[in-house]
Amino acid sequence: MVEHYLTAASSYATDIDNLIWLVTIIVMPWFFLVQGILFYFLFKFKKKDGQKAQYITGEEAHQMRWVSVPHILVLLCDIVLIFGAIRVWVDIKQDMPTPDATVRIIAQQWAWTFVHPGPDNKIDTDDDIWTVDELHLENGQTYQYKLESRDVMHSFSVPVFRLKQDALPGRVISGWFKPIKEGNWSIQCAEMCGIGHGLMPARVIIESAAAHAAWISAHGPGKLAAATPAASAPAPQTAPAPQAP
Amino acid sequence: MAQPETPETEPHSEHTGDDHGHDDHHEQSFVSKYILSTDHKMIAMQYMFTGMIMALIGGFMVYAFRTQLAYPGISVPGYGTVSAGEYNALVTNHGTIMIFWVAMPVLIAAFGNYLIPLMLGCDDMVFPRLNRLSYQIFLLSAIVLVVSFFVPGGGFGGAWTAYPPLSAKAEYSLTPLGSTLWLVAVALEFVAFLIGGINFVTTAMNSRAPGMKMFDMPIVIWMIVIASILFMASVGPLIAGAVMLFFDQNVGTAFFDPDRGGDPMLWQHLFWFFGHPEVYVVLLPACGITAEILTVFSRKKMFAYKTVINTALGTGILSFFVWAHHQFISGIDPRMANVFTITTVIISIPIAEMMFVYVATLYGGSITFSTPMLWALSFVVEFLLGGVTGLFLGASGADIYFHDTYFVLAHFHYTFVPIAILGTFAGITFWFPKMFGRMMSDKWGKIHFWGTVIPFNLIFIPLFMLGAAGQHRRIYSYENFPELAVPALQDLRILATNSLYVMLAFQVIFLINFFYSAFKGKKASKNPWDSNTLEWTAASPPPHGNFPGAMPNVYRGPYEYSHPDREDDFWPQDEPA
Repeated sequence: MVEHYLTAASSYATDIDNLIWLVTIIVMPWFFLVQGILFYFLFKFKKKDGQKAQYITGEEAHQMRWVSVPHILVLLCDIVLIFGAIRVWVDIKQDMPTPDATVRIIAQQWAWTFVHPGPDNKIDTDDDIWTVDELHLENGQTYQYKLESRDVMHSFSVPVFRLKQDALPGRVISGWFKPIKEGNWSIQCAEMCGIGHGLMPARVIIESAAAHAAWISAHGPGKLAAATPAASAPAPQTAPAPQAP
Repeated sequence: MAQPETPETEPHSEHTGDDHGHDDHHEQSFVSKYILSTDHKMIAMQYMFTGMIMALIGGFMVYAFRTQLAYPGISVPGYGTVSAGEYNALVTNHGTIMIFWVAMPVLIAAFGNYLIPLMLGCDDMVFPRLNRLSYQIFLLSAIVLVVSFFVPGGGFGGAWTAYPPLSAKAEYSLTPLGSTLWLVAVALEFVAFLIGGINFVTTAMNSRAPGMKMFDMPIVIWMIVIASILFMASVGPLIAGAVMLFFDQNVGTAFFDPDRGGDPMLWQHLFWFFGHPEVYVVLLPACGITAEILTVFSRKKMFAYKTVINTALGTGILSFFVWAHHQFISGIDPRMANVFTITTVIISIPIAEMMFVYVATLYGGSITFSTPMLWALSFVVEFLLGGVTGLFLGASGADIYFHDTYFVLAHFHYTFVPIAILGTFAGITFWFPKMFGRMMSDKWGKIHFWGTVIPFNLIFIPLFMLGAAGQHRRIYSYENFPELAVPALQDLRILATNSLYVMLAFQVIFLINFFYSAFKGKKASKNPWDSNTLEWTAASPPPHGNFPGAMPNVYRGPYEYSHPDREDDFWPQDEPA
């Protein structure tokens, strides 16, 4: 369903799409079955003159079976569903594959700041590349992200990755993604963050290794301010001053 | 209001508030009869009409912001252009109003107040003055909320979940007064329903008619009582949270301020520990109303009565262990999500079972498609879709994608609209003859029904699709998101909005039918639907004290329809064997 609207640009996007299909296959037959029975009863047991309704308590064993057997079947379906859901969840949110690189993502009212590793492939060093509202990734690399917020809650959402993670002020939340498709796609803020909530679009740009290397060298140390106007915007990385009571 | 004048006594004036003497024959003034009444039926009407007015306000809000979404930047007729800040305030207060000031007062307070004493065969609530206080605090809360839209800075726009730090600091929310008034209104509303809940539970425990055992109570009473217990057991932490948030906003404390040692996540836990049981607080009364109507209009005994009660209790208990599914991606320990996935998916079992029982009740029936029956059936049909789509969100892996998209929004509207709209109309059309002593027009009722249910689906099915396409919530315009601004998706937004216009327009028919029938409708007999439960043995409308003369005795359960030993296809609970 989702793949009808959006390409799958991360290594786990297809896992989530398949999980959604699994849930669909489990629950929709129940939905149509119950609706079918309901409408069948409505036509079959429509009031007819001179015909009295049956007196059924539903409390005898052979009657209860009509409810208790579906009950057990629903439970079995639920177990399959739980396993499918947790498998995907653990893979995406709980496990952390060894990353090839790390990016820092800083949310604030109302912009995204991305800190990319420079030529040394490490963040928090002098050659970091800072951008605003533009995340540059190399295709096929596994990235760890460190997500933080400077003010209120935000949510880092990349629909083509099927990834979403809230940013919580006061915490640095780690996770990972591995882009698998070159292109230029939307990043959203998915958590209400004030009047500019609708004005936090950013882009993720997934490049080939060569193009990414070229981007790094074009934006490397010393070229920061000149290269992209966006890169001059981020303030020094300090937490907002505590508010006096 | 439309309470017809009856020559009956009205003993509840100020000085006899709790005294159920029936010999006090003075006429009441307008104020003591309609404003300061302690009569449970009048308090029910106060809740219902307040809820209806709030529903009109909440409906106007959705009209304004849906118009902005379908036709960005347009000047909304009757409102004006919707700015980003106003958009946030509109969606926030639409949600807050529809849950706390429409679903709660109508489903629990209005039907609970009206039905509990009548269906249990007693003359009033156990604590009539407490009941009146509950409504007065509720009314105050509604006034505070409405006032909050008009203060400098405008109404609160931080979503109905009010996550701090956005809700805690004026420099983030830009609504210094709106945030605080919103919070005060919500807290007052909780106090009102705590008081009401005490009354409901105590009355059901202590004031049943002689012979009525707990398992002779109609299901709707069980549901309202269970809902009240759920509410009372879950709201405490949130009231504590509201006090902390109020202090953060106004006194400079730092309960939720991470820069000074607080934790914004704490609020989310307090909010959702209440917020998820709250879903069942409003769901269960609607399920109860539906059960009453399904049995009456299929002339069937409730299939497995005790199973229904057990599923409601099971759902209620489980609902305290699922709250963190609202927080899967909020930064909680990811291992915790696994626990809450299990509990969340498991809660589908009792609710599915309840729906199975409802369908099974129709088997072998003699079904009449009256207006209340159509509403009750539509509740089951539509709620099923709301139920199954919940599993996409309870499955934590899929929620990574669906969280905070329109898929969530469509899912919970497929639960809340059946609850608060379809369930409420089912109850109103069913008990209208008892409430006002007159019949509503069945023909116009059915026109209103189809004019509500068809557009309802045309609003929310497109929103499921938009959610699948990655449309995130609470965005005043998608023009900044190239993937979402494409014409194919904009057409879905326009379809949803235009369907909303149709649905809203058909509510005018309801209002006309309601008020015309209340004054000019065909006179209703005591028991127009040939129903078994005790409220139908009272006059329509019931006088003060409900059962003048002898109070009813109860000899059997509420659903003895089409009993093989009887000529009649119903067997009132109070008829001696």
